[in-house]
Amino acid sequence: MEQLFDVSLFASTLRMVTPILLAALGGAICARVGLFNVGLEGLVLIGAFSAIVGNHFTGNIFAAVLFAIVCSLLFSILFGYMSIHLKANVIVVGIALNFLALGLTTFSLRAIFDVKGAYDNKDMVGLPKWDIPVIKDIPWLGDVLSGHSPLVYLSMLLVILLQWFLFKTVTGFRLLAAGENPTAAKSLGIHVSRIQYGAVLICGVFCGLAGAQLSLGNVTMFTEGMTSGRGFIALVATMLGQSNPIGVAASSLLFGFMDALSIRLQGFAMPTHFTMMLPYIVTIAAMLFFKDKGYIQEARKSNESSR
Amino acid sequence: MLLQMNSITKSYGSVTANSGVHFTLRKGEIHALVGENGAGKTTLMRILYGMESPTSGEIKLEGKTVSFASPTDAIQNKIGMVHQHFMLFPSFTIAENIVIGREPSKAIGFNRKAAAAEAERLGKQYGMPVDPWQKIGECSLGVQQRVEILKVLHQGAEIIILDEPTGVLTPLEVKELLVAIKALARQGKSFILISHKLQEVMEVADRITVLRDGKVTGTVDAADTDAEHLSRLMVGRDLIHITRNDTVPGEPVLEVSNVSIRGDKTKPLLDDVSLRVNEGEIVGIAGISGNGQSELLQAISGLMKLDGGAVKLRGTDVTGAPVQTIRDRGLAHIPEDRYQWGVAKDATVTENGLMGHAGKHQKYGILRGSSIRGMVAEWVHRFGIKTGSLATKAQYLSGGNLQKLIVARELAQNTPFLIAAEPTRGVDVGAMEIIHGELLKKREERGAILLVSSELTEILKLSDRILVMFEGRIVGELAANAATEEQISLLMAGGKAVG
Repeated sequence: MEQLFDVSLFASTLRMVTPILLAALGGAICARVGLFNVGLEGLVLIGAFSAIVGNHFTGNIFAAVLFAIVCSLLFSILFGYMSIHLKANVIVVGIALNFLALGLTTFSLRAIFDVKGAYDNKDMVGLPKWDIPVIKDIPWLGDVLSGHSPLVYLSMLLVILLQWFLFKTVTGFRLLAAGENPTAAKSLGIHVSRIQYGAVLICGVFCGLAGAQLSLGNVTMFTEGMTSGRGFIALVATMLGQSNPIGVAASSLLFGFMDALSIRLQGFAMPTHFTMMLPYIVTIAAMLFFKDKGYIQEARKSNESSR
Repeated sequence: MLLQMNSITKSYGSVTANSGVHFTLRKGEIHALVGENGAGKTTLMRILYGMESPTSGEIKLEGKTVSFASPTDAIQNKIGMVHQHFMLFPSFTIAENIVIGREPSKAIGFNRKAAAAEAERLGKQYGMPVDPWQKIGECSLGVQQRVEILKVLHQGAEIIILDEPTGVLTPLEVKELLVAIKALARQGKSFILISHKLQEVMEVADRITVLRDGKVTGTVDAADTDAEHLSRLMVGRDLIHITRNDTVPGEPVLEVSNVSIRGDKTKPLLDDVSLRVNEGEIVGIAGISGNGQSELLQAISGLMKLDGGAVKLRGTDVTGAPVQTIRDRGLAHIPEDRYQWGVAKDATVTENGLMGHAGKHQKYGILRGSSIRGMVAEWVHRFGIKTGSLATKAQYLSGGNLQKLIVARELAQNTPFLIAAEPTRGVDVGAMEIIHGELLKKREERGAILLVSSELTEILKLSDRILVMFEGRIVGELAANAATEEQISLLMAGGKAVG
């Protein structure tokens, strides 16, 4: 047991949680404006692939992350255009984008790098590891918290920033209003679709960062479909956290921990395919236990008041 | 003159919603706009509020010609509107709902304390106190209405349009609202009140403009007119006074004995309720909404599970039976909330009419279109339902016309027992007359009717016996010919009957 739950398990939890957390925060802000973004998986995949492409062509890690953001952003604009402007069903658009992302990255992998399945290059430099002064000298805690990529720390910062933005600023307040009752918001002269586009774009940026952490932070390579459902887990984290940044962070942490644990268990002679099921089993269990009753009640109330 | 609307005409294709309408408003005046459903009241106000642009005509504000492209323009010109369906955010606090769009801020931060202070100040200034930190979703409809008005005042409105403001309120809340409106008018605010409740209009308005089929049929001073004259202007003919013939109640049709529903709160939703409805009898249930009437109806019609007691329909125990079985046994149901229980918004008028009638219009499981359309067309004609065509989607019908469709559909079931919950909510006097007439006709044909209404006048007019509900219990039974409005009001508020 002690071998299983050691320092490196918690350190790797933080690493594994970052892509899920970033995507879940993106999902949360979309959910807050009334767009249920099923396309997180695709957006992260695009981010992961374009980070590698950026890295390959520029050799600059900063430029690589930036390129990942831009590509995810473009992809999210597509989502926004179809669901907000053309008023297509968001679920259908999201699913379509997931398949588009999977096909596009697999095809481009072949076209750009001329490889199948995975691209790995020894010369490629991943995200730097930051040692946090003072904290790194604290025993145990230092080993867990210090020595991660900048994106890990950025994601923590974004949780607090987003919490502040949504619940303490005027713009955040109007964003919540646009999501809660778009008709009423419009009657007050609030530009609902402009706010929705804003949320979708922020989601694109977050998913780009999530992808970069996945392909340049956790490992330094790209494999086909390497998100392997993390976008959907992020979606569950969004719902479980009731689209509250702090809540989303907590539920992402749970899933990240299971992710790390499943990898760790592989070293304990557990069948790989069995341990890989773990995060998903927890997802299903979580859906059963934390049935989102508050949400249903809110919906019922809003129905009554609009009678 | 504060506001002048001159020769406003608005056509949608071949349909003319407003035709050459003149409307004026003085400062500090309450000007009521009355008319039947679809007479063009709401269209006229949507034009004033910038939600529609008129086909022709002009709007003058303090003598200057203005044109509004959006509600934002109207708000900037100090015109505010309280919509029939509240435009509120249930999970936000009262203060947040009031200041939204014009939030007090510190840099980019939303200063919620200042918002609460502002809400409190507005409430005090205009005599409509509110608790700024309470969530809207937890407030009564009366408080929600108050918040809507405070919101409009916070936007700086001088002209306030109220679209059917009393439709969902309890009698006490209505009184409070009317008092508040009068007080505001004395402080110099001007009101346009859309309504078809003539009593209220007569009580509060200074002037009244009547619309019929998109045209003004008269603008009169409230002091020079009466409800009879107004309804003549609205309907275009004299109203037939409905007479109630005496009937002798027969065998019991519905017997409810000791029904209880616990619910998840500390107080039970229904507490040992027993009642009986006989052949040829209308039993009215009065009460402030939310005192168990909805649950009682759902318990009778099989939509809600009972924790105790029994329901008998025509001698058969139907406690816990499926809805279909109960309906087959002889129940038709005009539901209280037409949007939630009554219609499918995206389905057509014909399809909505077919609900519950499908069995009669099929051959080998295939529906017979022509006989269905014939049936629905007959209702449209008889009840004067204003609809584009039979293929129009239900959501495009006005609330009153939708209500007429539901009433027609459920009456056509021709069952021995009928539940009529708020049968005339949101319908105009002409339609109300038709619906009341049909209900009384059913009674004379020995039908049994359980009537639930928040309108005391309706209860008094139709019922043979009146039951009053309070906090899930039946707290009083009165014979209709002996009951007074005061007696019932007292029981509704939880007091004891006098005399």
